[in-house]
Amino acid sequence: MIEVLAPGLLTSLQDRGRPGLAHLGIGRAGAADLPALRLAQALVGNPPDACALEITLTGPTLRLHRDAEIALTGAPVAAEADGRALPGWTPLRLRAGSVLRLGGMRHGCRSYLAVRGGIDVAAVLGSRSQDLNAGLGPLGGRALRAGDRLPLGAMDAFAGAADHAAWSLDPRPWFDGAAARPLRLLAGTHGGLLDAASREALFAAPFRIAAASNRVGCRLDGTRLALLAPLELVSEGVVAGTVQLPPNGQPIVLFCEHPVSGGYPRIGQLAAVDLPRLAQRRPGDALRFAPVDAGEAARLLEAREQRLARMETAIARRRAAS
Amino acid sequence: MTGADCAIELLGESALLLRFGNAIDRALNDRVHAAAVALRAAALPGVEDIAPAYASLLLRFDPRSWPDIEAFARAVRAALAQPRAVRSDDQPVGTAVAELPVCYGGEHGPDLAEVAALTRLTQDQVIARHVAGDYRVAMLGFAPGFAYLLGLDAALAVPRLTSPRLRVPAGSVAIGGAQTGVYPSVLPGGWRLIGRTPLRLFDAARPAPARLTPGLRVRFRAIDTATFTALSEHDA
Repeated sequence: MIEVLAPGLLTSLQDRGRPGLAHLGIGRAGAADLPALRLAQALVGNPPDACALEITLTGPTLRLHRDAEIALTGAPVAAEADGRALPGWTPLRLRAGSVLRLGGMRHGCRSYLAVRGGIDVAAVLGSRSQDLNAGLGPLGGRALRAGDRLPLGAMDAFAGAADHAAWSLDPRPWFDGAAARPLRLLAGTHGGLLDAASREALFAAPFRIAAASNRVGCRLDGTRLALLAPLELVSEGVVAGTVQLPPNGQPIVLFCEHPVSGGYPRIGQLAAVDLPRLAQRRPGDALRFAPVDAGEAARLLEAREQRLARMETAIARRRAAS
Repeated sequence: MTGADCAIELLGESALLLRFGNAIDRALNDRVHAAAVALRAAALPGVEDIAPAYASLLLRFDPRSWPDIEAFARAVRAALAQPRAVRSDDQPVGTAVAELPVCYGGEHGPDLAEVAALTRLTQDQVIARHVAGDYRVAMLGFAPGFAYLLGLDAALAVPRLTSPRLRVPAGSVAIGGAQTGVYPSVLPGGWRLIGRTPLRLFDAARPAPARLTPGLRVRFRAIDTATFTALSEHDA
């Protein structure tokens, strides 16, 4: 069991989410940075659909009530236990009674803490993801609080010293610390209805992630965009990465807890391959868009999935050998 | 049938939007549900979501099953054009009916008097007209289990509240503009509350969590407060 001594800024339970229920008004939710979640699970030998902690900007303090093998991925977060600093992207073995203190992130926005055996709370509608906006999921869909006790799944005892593995992953392919590369944007249904200046600004101007951003959506500060004429729409389906333009001219990139439908004009669609990179932009970070078409976006996603699958296989081999 | 009588818009590399129009209209919405039924039956590989809206249908799919989105769009059009044999388990759109008991007015419908004043009807006339409606679940959205209903008597249309409530009780039956619906859980909301159903419309612990599903017909039945209490499925 893991006891939450302090929850950090915003820590939640996340897995791959609950797809397939949009027709009932239920969104997918799940980890914002899915590759980082999967690699954390692989590092501790969990299946990819296990549940982990998603940590936002400032981490929690946790007491381990049994021996545990853990891994941290995503944004690099200050971490220590029993007086030792803990590295990311590698399996770590901690003894029962250890207090794990996670601090701030110098860059990036979200870290993942996986524990061998997984966080073993009951699934809700097929997933252990907490949809904080809808209030759906384990613990009533609310973020973690001090005093929460999180059960762990069965884990085979590790032999020998509680220590780190002698190997770790290179995080660079999976974490864009500089946050400098543009995110790729496909054309949106109503992109052609932007006025000329806005059409140019969409790909030229730097935006900034606004403070009022969260798992529901990222609001973009900077250049205000405008349509040639106001557009009245009836509510229609949206997906994660849909860029909506409300009447105030401040674009919103819908994110993992977005409502399943929306009525604002859609001026673009973030390529799915870049959703994890959006997850790591924090309020104040710059953001630029670069155009991409559907074929290229699908190829990029496929290439990323193949790299991820190869990496999971390599990690499993490495674990078996050590 | 529906044929290829819709526009197909790309929503990135992982989703299509089938657009039948851009209005809140029962005939348009019928075509959306017919297309949803046809596409569920077609069971195209890699399709993860088939989600109806008022005048459009969202299809979310795994692009690894369909790296060429144009090929997926062609498969969708072919599925919509396919004449289907009627199977014994087919539910023609709009035959299944959910009946919801509603306690109108009083503590459960705090805006009923105002709705009556705005519509220049008596409270009893508002209730009678609301109960007489033959409604259809156009779509779900806003929150898990929130059903937007088509079929509100035009005389009952009233503007939304200028200042939305922060906490609308679960089960509240409400009118917002020309739409009516039922709040499935405690939510913020700007629609005017005319009554409340004692039934739980959304329960994540049930295998079928939403009582109202896309395309379902809905009727309301007026009940008194004693019956509301007796039937109540809400947490105390």
